[in-house]
Amino acid sequence: MANRSVVPFGPQHPVLPEPIHLDLVLEDEKIVEAIPKIGYVHRGLEKLVEKRDFNDFVYIAERTCGICSFMHGMGYVEAMERIFDAEIPPRAKYLRTIWCEMSRIHSHLLWLGLLADGFGFEALFYQCWRMREKVLDMFEEATGGRVIFSVNKIGGVLKDMPKEMLAKFVHNFNEIEKELKDLTEVFLTDYSVESRLRGVGILTRDDAIRLGAAGPMMRASGISIDTRSIGYAAYEDIDFDIVTSNDCDSYARCEVRIKEIFQSIEIIRQAVEKIPGGEISIDIKGNPKGEAFTRVEQPRGEAIYYCRANGTKFLERFRIRTPTFANLTPMLYTLKGAELADVPLLILTIDPCISCTER
Amino acid sequence: MASIMKFTSFALKNLFSKPVTKNYPAEEREYPARARGSLQCKIEDCIFCGMCQRKCPSGAITVDRKARQWSIDRMGCVQCENCVNHCPKSCLKMDVHYSEPDYNKVVTTLEGPPVAPKPELTPEKIAELKAAAAAKKAAAAKAKE
Ligand code: SF4
Ligand code: SF4
Repeated sequence: MANRSVVPFGPQHPVLPEPIHLDLVLEDEKIVEAIPKIGYVHRGLEKLVEKRDFNDFVYIAERTCGICSFMHGMGYVEAMERIFDAEIPPRAKYLRTIWCEMSRIHSHLLWLGLLADGFGFEALFYQCWRMREKVLDMFEEATGGRVIFSVNKIGGVLKDMPKEMLAKFVHNFNEIEKELKDLTEVFLTDYSVESRLRGVGILTRDDAIRLGAAGPMMRASGISIDTRSIGYAAYEDIDFDIVTSNDCDSYARCEVRIKEIFQSIEIIRQAVEKIPGGEISIDIKGNPKGEAFTRVEQPRGEAIYYCRANGTKFLERFRIRTPTFANLTPMLYTLKGAELADVPLLILTIDPCISCTER
Repeated sequence: MASIMKFTSFALKNLFSKPVTKNYPAEEREYPARARGSLQCKIEDCIFCGMCQRKCPSGAITVDRKARQWSIDRMGCVQCENCVNHCPKSCLKMDVHYSEPDYNKVVTTLEGPPVAPKPELTPEKIAELKAAAAAKKAAAAKAKE
C-alpha cells in the first residue's frame, strides 16, 4: 500500500468563494477520502425569528445568502402567505418571477466566472463577470439594491417596475443573450476547457438519486426535476422545459447551467409579455397561527422553507433546507478517487454556498 | 487546432475596446433613483415616536423622546428601507449616495429643534377659548337642524 498523507484544504483557498474545510486523505496524488468540516460562518439567523416581528423578519431571511437573497426572502414570505392563506395580486407574482430569474442569471454567470477562474482561464472569468455586472445594474435600477433587494413583503412586493423599465430590461437581456451565445462556444467547445471538465467528477443517475443531489448537479445526471414546474410565483403560466444532460460529469453541469441562463432569459421575456396590471400588494392583518412549507428552485437547487407560528408576532420556528447541504454528500462522493489538482474544480461544480448552509 | 482559438475573438475585441470599468472616484458614478445608499432624516419633522427604532431589523436607530434625539449607527444600518416605509411623518429618506467610510463605528446623532413653549393660560385666554367652543357648538347644532 502506498503511503497515505493528509492535506488540509480550505477554508481559505484561492479558488474557494466559500469557507469549507476538507481533510483530504491522499495516496500519491489520488484522493481516497475527504472529510468535510463546516461551521465557519454560522450566524444563527434561524434563531433570530423568535426575537423579530414576523413582518420585519423578511429582511433577515433574505440575508441568509448574498447570491440568492431574493429567493430566500421570497421563500419565507410565500410560507407566511400560506399560513395567512392569502392570495397575492397576480402582478406581484409576475414581478417575483422576473426577479427570481434575474437572480438565477446572475448566480449562474457568477458560477461560470468562478469555474473559469478555477481552471485558470482568467480572461474568461472577467468576461462572465462583466456580463453579470449588467444584471446587477438592472437590479439596482429596479429594486435599489445590487445584492440584497429588500422588495418582498408578506402580501406582495414593495416596488413595481414600470412598462419602460421592463422593456429596457428585455432589451438588455437580448444583448446579454447574444454575447453569451459566443461565450457558450468557448465553454462548451474550447479544447482547454473541455480537457479540464470532460469525464471529471462523474455522478451517475443512480448515485445522484441515492445521495440526494439537488439542482443542476442532479439535472446534469439526467434527472428531470425542477421545483419551478410545481408552480410557485407565476411559474404556472410560464412555458419551459427542464434542462437536463446525461453526461453526468463536470462538463454536463456546466452545460446545464449555461442552458438555464438562456432559459431564464426566455422566461423573463414571457413574463414581461404576460404581466398583468393592477395592485402589487395586499394588506395582511393580524398575527399568524399554524405552519407551512414552501419549496423554491434556487439557482443551486431546491430549497425548502418551513415556518411555524403560534398566534403572536414572533414565530416559533423557521427552518431552511438549502440545496448546498443536499449537494455536499454527492460532492464528497465525486471527490473519492479524483486527482488532487481537480479538487477545487469538483468543489466548484456543485456551486457551493456554505453561508446559506450554515445560516 | 481551431478549438483552442475559441476565445481569440474576445481577446482581440477587448484589446482594442475601451475599458468597461470606470475611473472611479475621478469619474462619478451615476446612481439610479431607487438606489439605497444611506439613510437621511429630516429632523425638523420628526416627532420622536420611535417607530423606526422598533422596525429596524438590525437595531441601528435609537430614539430618545425626552432628549429629542435621533441617532443612527451608520455601519449597523443594512439599508433595508423598513424604517422609511414605516415612519408616520415621512421624515426618513434613502439617499442614493453611500455614507462616508470610516475607521471607527461612528454614531450620528441629530437633535430636534426645541419645542415652542406652550402659551400660558390667562383668565382672558380661557374665556376666549370657552366662547369659541360655545360658538362652534351652536353652529353645529344649527347645521343639524
Ligand atoms: S419613525 Fe419617523 S417620526 Fe418616528 S421617531 Fe422615527 S424618524 Fe421620527
Ligand atoms: S434602513 Fe433598515 S437597517 Fe437601516 S436604519 Fe432603517 S430599518 Fe434600520
